[in-house]
Amino acid sequence: MPKVMGAVKQAIPAEIGGEAVAVVGSSGAPAKAAAGRKILPIVEGVVLVAALLAPLVLQDYLTVFATRVIILALFALSFDLVWGYAGIMSFGQALFFGSAGYGVALLARDLDITNIFLVLPAGTLIGLTFALLLGGFLLLGRHPSSVIFVSLGTLTGSYAADRLARGWYYLGGQNGIPSIAPMSLGSYEFTEGPAFYYLVLGILVVVYLFCRFLVRSQFGLALAGLRENEQRIAFFGYKAQHLKAIIFTVGGAIAGLAGSLYAFHEGFVWPNMVGVVVSTQVVLYVLFGGSGTLIGAVIGAVIVEGVSFWLSDNYRDVWPIILGLLLLLVILFRPLGLISFVLGERERVGSFGARPKEKRNAP
Amino acid sequence: MLLEAAGIRKVFGKLTALDGAALSVGENEFHGLIGPNGSGKSTLMKCIAGAEVPTTGKVSFVNTDITAFTPTERARAGMSLKFQITSVLPSLTLYDNILLALQAQSSLVDLVFSRTRAALHDQVMTMLTQFRLANRAFEAAAALSHGQQQWLEIAMALAGRPKLLLLDEPTGGMSLEERRVTGELLQPIKQHCSLVIVEHDLDFIRDICDRLTVLDQGKVLASGTVSEIQANTSVQEIYLRRA
Repeated sequence: MPKVMGAVKQAIPAEIGGEAVAVVGSSGAPAKAAAGRKILPIVEGVVLVAALLAPLVLQDYLTVFATRVIILALFALSFDLVWGYAGIMSFGQALFFGSAGYGVALLARDLDITNIFLVLPAGTLIGLTFALLLGGFLLLGRHPSSVIFVSLGTLTGSYAADRLARGWYYLGGQNGIPSIAPMSLGSYEFTEGPAFYYLVLGILVVVYLFCRFLVRSQFGLALAGLRENEQRIAFFGYKAQHLKAIIFTVGGAIAGLAGSLYAFHEGFVWPNMVGVVVSTQVVLYVLFGGSGTLIGAVIGAVIVEGVSFWLSDNYRDVWPIILGLLLLLVILFRPLGLISFVLGERERVGSFGARPKEKRNAP
Repeated sequence: MLLEAAGIRKVFGKLTALDGAALSVGENEFHGLIGPNGSGKSTLMKCIAGAEVPTTGKVSFVNTDITAFTPTERARAGMSLKFQITSVLPSLTLYDNILLALQAQSSLVDLVFSRTRAALHDQVMTMLTQFRLANRAFEAAAALSHGQQQWLEIAMALAGRPKLLLLDEPTGGMSLEERRVTGELLQPIKQHCSLVIVEHDLDFIRDICDRLTVLDQGKVLASGTVSEIQANTSVQEIYLRRA
């Protein structure tokens, strides 16, 4: 609901702006549009440089914290694809994150498999499979599923997984699976520290670029249409439910990748990781940073985790209340997230390929 | 017959919106659907388009029973729809709006690798030119006037080269000049497409349509050529009654 309100609020100035351009003259319009299209790469560049430099300036224990944040940013990307780009309200994203975490923990515990080239694909595959099953069930009906059905369905899935993990002795019950062996590459072991940090940062960058490729493709254009007006898209002949199920599955795979990294980084998995708490946390990251922009999800994860970390150090008792109020303020006054302070509506929606100008001049 | 709807009954709670309405449209025929407010025109349109499921009755399209088809399946069978309320995608450019409509049946691989964008470029520009919107191709659709948004939407509805286009009040909110242009824009599509139009502007309907069906209180009052309908006394009566 806040997203809809936000879109309406944002659309009004955009419309007035567009009208003004049209009055001034159509020749001036492209220049203005081009000038307004450069903020996003700058934000992305700044975030990347900051992330690259972080371990050089941070103390060791903060590098460990930063690694965790980067993994959570990867997780946030997965939810942003699902919600911000396809408009699927999933309250169960942790199901894919946590089940992959449990999966790789079992691989390490019971089969001694910790090779990075085995465990990360395995975790991704677990997330993908669960998302395919749940998404297929929730989204692939003959008629479009209601938002309530999907959000309650995902919520229930996540809750059920949490209860299952708590009660299942094989999965360690309430305590989860502790002391997971480190992820390895040959004889090298990834333990907490700069190496692990740069590994997850590299993975985040690759996944980010993949997501950007996807949402800027014509598939992304179809998704943009889908979240603005699903019925309209269906009347064009798009298989809207298929598009949604595909993006839900891709999101599940990315969440699975993040979950397996998280399991090895923390060295243990526990029931919360598949449950409602973590599912809600990822919603907050994306809401806070700005849904429907990839960098917004990353920034949201960094800021929410950073602020929580700082607050819990300085205001030991009341910090959750302060964090809650901050989130409330953002949702009330910036429903498109913090990113909307620097990013206009036009750039947020973005373009789906270069303007085919050269083609006209060619002959 | 391209489209054959028969015995369409649609009940909303206690209200019977349609009570055995029928509509037949041949190939390359422009068919007007008229009647007083509340006579069930829009509901009949929705039942044909798949936005509503009739309580009873049958809709056939190209000799196939499509009564239970989803909108996607109808679109893929060659039926297209322009909504009464314009539903262009306001934050996307005109270009992207048209491309979105054109590539609806492309394969996933072509979409992901954006092959459709290069392949359909000429078609996008042709459609925009045809609907007099080419010079604004890269503006957001929200910046268009209401009339232009209607044209954009008609262009989008025609993008998939449908066999039948359903237009619900295409000239709603348009100026006289815009109405005239809309008529001009629609004429060329007759070569490959039939049209069902719901419209309040009777002059517009008379200029563009071959046949008319008049609805009153959910039933068909009369159906025939424009001159037959104009000569029909009971039709004159309901319009006089309204006036």
